[in-house]
Amino acid sequence: MNDAQNKPNGYNEEEVLKEENIYYASQWQLIWWKFRRHKLAILGGIVLFLLYILAIFCEFLAPYSPTTRFEGYQNAPPVKIHFFENGRFQGPFIYGLERELNTKTFQWEFKEDNTKKYPVKFFAKGETYKLWGMFNSDKHLFTVDGHPLFLFGSDNMGRCLFSRSLYGARISLSIGLVGVFLSFVLGIVIGGVSGYYGGTVDIYIQRIIEFLSSIPTIPLWMALSAALPKDWPVIKTYFAITIILSIVGWTGLARVVRGKLLALREEDYTMAARLAGASEWRIIMRHLLPSFSSHLIVSITLSIPGMILGETSLSFLGLGMQPPAVSWGVLLQDAQNIAAVALYPWKLLPSIFVILTVLCFNFLGDGLRDAADPYAR
Amino acid sequence: MLGYIAYRLAIAIPLLLVLSVVSFIIIQLPPGDYLSTYINNLKLSGVQINEDEVVRLKQLYGLDKPVYMQYFVWIGNFIKGDLGRSFQWNRPVNEILAERVPMTVLISVLTTLFAWIIAIPIGIYSALRQYSVFDYTFTFIGYIGLSMPGFLLALILMWFLFSRFGFSMPGLFSSEYAVAPWSLAKVFDMLKHIWLPIIIIGMSSTAGLIRTMRGNLLDELRKQYVIVARAKGLPERKLVFKYPVRIAINPLISTIGWMLPGIISGETLVSIVLNIQTVGPVLLRAVMSQDMYLAGSITLILSILTVIGMLISDILLAWADPRIRYGGIEG
Repeated sequence: MNDAQNKPNGYNEEEVLKEENIYYASQWQLIWWKFRRHKLAILGGIVLFLLYILAIFCEFLAPYSPTTRFEGYQNAPPVKIHFFENGRFQGPFIYGLERELNTKTFQWEFKEDNTKKYPVKFFAKGETYKLWGMFNSDKHLFTVDGHPLFLFGSDNMGRCLFSRSLYGARISLSIGLVGVFLSFVLGIVIGGVSGYYGGTVDIYIQRIIEFLSSIPTIPLWMALSAALPKDWPVIKTYFAITIILSIVGWTGLARVVRGKLLALREEDYTMAARLAGASEWRIIMRHLLPSFSSHLIVSITLSIPGMILGETSLSFLGLGMQPPAVSWGVLLQDAQNIAAVALYPWKLLPSIFVILTVLCFNFLGDGLRDAADPYAR
Repeated sequence: MLGYIAYRLAIAIPLLLVLSVVSFIIIQLPPGDYLSTYINNLKLSGVQINEDEVVRLKQLYGLDKPVYMQYFVWIGNFIKGDLGRSFQWNRPVNEILAERVPMTVLISVLTTLFAWIIAIPIGIYSALRQYSVFDYTFTFIGYIGLSMPGFLLALILMWFLFSRFGFSMPGLFSSEYAVAPWSLAKVFDMLKHIWLPIIIIGMSSTAGLIRTMRGNLLDELRKQYVIVARAKGLPERKLVFKYPVRIAINPLISTIGWMLPGIISGETLVSIVLNIQTVGPVLLRAVMSQDMYLAGSITLILSILTVIGMLISDILLAWADPRIRYGGIEG
């Protein structure tokens, strides 16, 4: 595969070698070289990878399960991790929290109690859980004995917001992928038919796409989700929402596929394949699709964040995933009004995950877009 | 030009028809129909309702006819301005919407204008000073703007304003004007509040526009005619603004069309968070309580507004670009 290594005889200078490399490299290699220069895209890719790792191993990485309640610790603020006591390094530890009723505002307030010290333990025993519903374990990446550890604070039922954010990542991050997969299938089939056959079919499909993209998405999604019964099981709601999100999502991909196919079907090699007797399916799948697969990857990457935001917005409004399911939008429901946000600003913390994810997908997608056509200057 | 406008209008009509069918499907989606909910509500509130009354209501709303006939009854009433009744508000839907839709239109239009006025100068400057600190700053802000959904931005700004300045967002009006009839003072009061939602809703569209404008202008500046003009000694300012900027703005006009659905979507969400008296919060409440006549009508009206907006942007584009005016009719 790597024919770039074949050194031409007589030329040993590096400059020439580099030049030669470019002539021999495959398209994907050129894409990779171009992509590598886009530092933000690389960063975005790495952060996304880490976020998906967080979602996959959340049972191990989160100190608690999303449903564990700590009585007496409702609406506790994020804990401060200390490293030094009296100027001496002690390793990470936290002070115990004391709850007292503020007699003026009638709000519970938490204060650090400097006499009680709890060290943060790594790879320590904590709550038992079943990783992916299969492997029993009680090891957590970090936990504290005898006192709850609220990195992001707790919600109004005393549940750990950090753990809930990690578990929420499972639904929020995967719904983007599942939704994009559905849109991808629809987009390729419909866009492919539209672009390859052209003519009347193309005109009708274009009108449908125009129509769908002229509806404001949020109101449409809201209206559609009104038809979802609130008592459906989590998994059913999940798929219903993915379908609702994909109803609009496929149009972008279909446009890319159609545009590229319209241009490519006029190419000489398409004619050659047709003359050689290849079936239309084979021409599309074997000759046309691979030639713009890099563009497809770009549009897919750029349409995932829209899906994630769609789910977050719907769940935030109370129309998407319903508690007890945990997703970032469900978590942000608690921060819906100014009263909650003013008193407990840490309830906005799950939004960091949302913004980070979308930002990284945009970085990655931009880098890929620049690299997708390595022959363009 | 007139021929082109007529052509665009002709395209818009089937679009509106399909939109109305979709809205009707939305109304029909939840189990049970409007009338059974209505009758249930009446019974719950202790009103006795006899069979004749039920039959009369059924005929009034055409529920005794097959579904496709119901659609024609509904759309006929819609055109006449009767959008059905909201059982949640116990008022005709068109009364509720008459209060809210103008505000939605106002905010959407102002947001579009805002996005344009901000984005074009920044885009031009970024392109002229590519890779400068200014360019990088706005590229970064642009990324954030594209990645941050409006409702989150609204929440975060709300918290920031509250914790810093003790300033809470009471919707669009100060309390003394909230229910007052329209007056000059009320308009001024509104202008004092309206900037925040406009910035929040316009953020992502502005970011998108800046990027498009910058990219278009950069492409244009690399072309040979620019080099020739520069070589001939044309002053830089005249050189840039006379041709490349005009050409680079052209494709942007067509973006109004696809910006609008986004702006109306964002407006719906942000209004819910900031509690602005537009159709957004009404739609949420309608959807929550399955008040489907209201929800369906709002979806249809928002879509109609978008179609009208797109129509205007198409006409503007034809006005600005003769290639479309003369060549676009067949294509």
